[in-house]
Amino acid sequence: MIENGTTQVNAAAAPAQKPKRPKPKSMQMLNEQTTALFENARLAKERGEKVGWSASIFPQEIAETLRLNVLYPENHSAGIAARHQADPFLQECEGPLGYSNDLCAYAKVNLAYASVLNNESEVELPDGGKMVKPDFLLLTNNICNQLTKWYENLAYQMNIPIFFIDTCYNPCDYVTETRVRYVRAQIDQLIKDLCAFTGKTWDDKHFKEVMKISQRNSYLWERANNLMDHKPAPLSGFELFNYMSAMVCNRGKTSSTAVLEQLNQEIEEHIKEGNSTYPVKEEYRISWDGIACWPYLRHNLHTLKQYGINMVASSYGKAWAIEYEDLDGMARAYCFASTNGDNATTMISRRMEALKKFDCEGTIYHVNRSCKVMDCQMMEVQRQISAQAGIPFTSFDGDQADYRNYSEAQFETRIQGLVEVMKQNKEAKMNG
Amino acid sequence: MYTFGIDIGSTSSKAVILKDGKEIIAHQVISLGTGTIGPKEAKEQVFKEASISPEEISYTIVTGYGRMKCDYADEQISELSCHAKGIHYLLPTVRTVIDIGGQDAKALRIDDKGRLIQFQMNDKCAAGTGRFLDVMAKILNVDINDLGPLSEKSNHPASISNTCTVFAESEVISKLSSDIPLEDIAAGIHESVAKRVAGMALRIGKTPDVAMSGGVALNIGVVHAMEREMECPVLVHPLCQSAGAIGAAILAWEKFTKEKVR
Repeated sequence: MIENGTTQVNAAAAPAQKPKRPKPKSMQMLNEQTTALFENARLAKERGEKVGWSASIFPQEIAETLRLNVLYPENHSAGIAARHQADPFLQECEGPLGYSNDLCAYAKVNLAYASVLNNESEVELPDGGKMVKPDFLLLTNNICNQLTKWYENLAYQMNIPIFFIDTCYNPCDYVTETRVRYVRAQIDQLIKDLCAFTGKTWDDKHFKEVMKISQRNSYLWERANNLMDHKPAPLSGFELFNYMSAMVCNRGKTSSTAVLEQLNQEIEEHIKEGNSTYPVKEEYRISWDGIACWPYLRHNLHTLKQYGINMVASSYGKAWAIEYEDLDGMARAYCFASTNGDNATTMISRRMEALKKFDCEGTIYHVNRSCKVMDCQMMEVQRQISAQAGIPFTSFDGDQADYRNYSEAQFETRIQGLVEVMKQNKEAKMNG
Repeated sequence: MYTFGIDIGSTSSKAVILKDGKEIIAHQVISLGTGTIGPKEAKEQVFKEASISPEEISYTIVTGYGRMKCDYADEQISELSCHAKGIHYLLPTVRTVIDIGGQDAKALRIDDKGRLIQFQMNDKCAAGTGRFLDVMAKILNVDINDLGPLSEKSNHPASISNTCTVFAESEVISKLSSDIPLEDIAAGIHESVAKRVAGMALRIGKTPDVAMSGGVALNIGVVHAMEREMECPVLVHPLCQSAGAIGAAILAWEKFTKEKVR
């Protein structure tokens, strides 16, 4: 099977490529940070230190305080998918490894990758194996219940421990103190167990320093997202997705502060000069619901650009703007830290606020074949939000990492239909 | 003043010439879609029928799956807006349109001017589309146009439980080998399509009147099955298959007159 974007073309027939816009300084810094993350993990492994893999919404500050090197499978799988390198991993996972096609594609890519690291599969690793073999796993279940089974399999396969926090689904619009105590007790135990396993020592003073950095980074990340309320929005919305690794993998690091301060500065310059990195005139402002469709991000962007649609708000990226100062605050925050752990009322009110703040004229819902939990609530969220906000929406079938679950023609028709409704609404508004 | 609307679908091409935004002076349906000679034939035949030349057309709009491949149109508009406009022209009281096309199915909510307000489309699967019916007609060895009348003879529709086209194909073969009458299998196939499409359509509600658009609406068996699933009457106009092209021609007229005013 040939993945989209890998088909060979005749060089003589190919049109001359436009010169690429130089990468902004913040993006260069981010790339350096990502390189350092993997390199530091490799060096730690060489020194005989224990290296971990972590779920994306796990309190990163715990590992940071213990000066542990931790890598992030979800982030790594997304990168592989975005670079159109997922196919051999998907085939390996569904074939020789015997997993179901219906699993989350982040999991499928990662389970196959782990199998190679464990000398059980022979898929060529496109990144040379920079995701070094873990000695332990850090896990929370706030973002996804499939993660627990995925990590259980990893733990079994590689005979390594899981350090786990059960954050529970949250049926209320608030967090009860009992829940905070339940999660806090687990955090305390997890720190003890992790120290015992890795030989590291917990230092409260250092934790406070890490938390200061982490809070500064959360603030900067939220600020960068919020600055998209300017018109025109200072960035092409999809660009913000690229900066998520600064929050997911490096939230407690000063290198993230530097990246995000630079990003904020660049955004402010765009606002001051009234320009944007969005390459065409911003005709429509929309919100994006769900994880990015990484294998087709380019096609998504290209289609939206044809109509001047900029994605100015996303429920996805902001999930990492989590605020807390101490371990109690951490426990409280993680009871509320992800869309999939929240009830519909909370989800809808967050989205309604965003639609208003960013003056969105429509919403695009990514019906993500990888994430059944997200899809379960999406139809009702669509219905209620459309009724309350009075703005149109469309949805499309896709996948966060499995390129086989998407149709370009279907995406194009739906976006065109959405534009036709948004255009009518705009004209009606202008004509009073 | 003439406008031209062409709907290049995945399995058929429909062309309409409209006079002054009101009167259909010619319409053609060719059972060949994008990537074939269908679009060219539909265009040639509709101009022949209208006895006018393409130079006399003030504005052309193309719609349908193959709309991106048409190089002579002034503009391309999605089939969603075109079907909305077309059905409004044919059946002005309609507010909910269900269009089952060759490889997609859509439900549209429209206003009293035929403008699209909200829509839902099928997921990536081919179940509940015209292609599903094509495949089933082939297995039953029945002409696609006879599938509807055949199913109307059924008193005991067979249950086709698989939504996947490939699995449903095996299921139908197994029913054939069990000597279940053809009309019962045909009725079961229509029920299966109707269940799938109604499930999607009901997400946008069923504001009356409800109508079906597109070629599948000519299949009386599907229409009756849709009425049962939607629990409401479903209107069908004899020109339903050309609704997209009619809508395109009307939108072409609206665009042209608007531009002229400017």
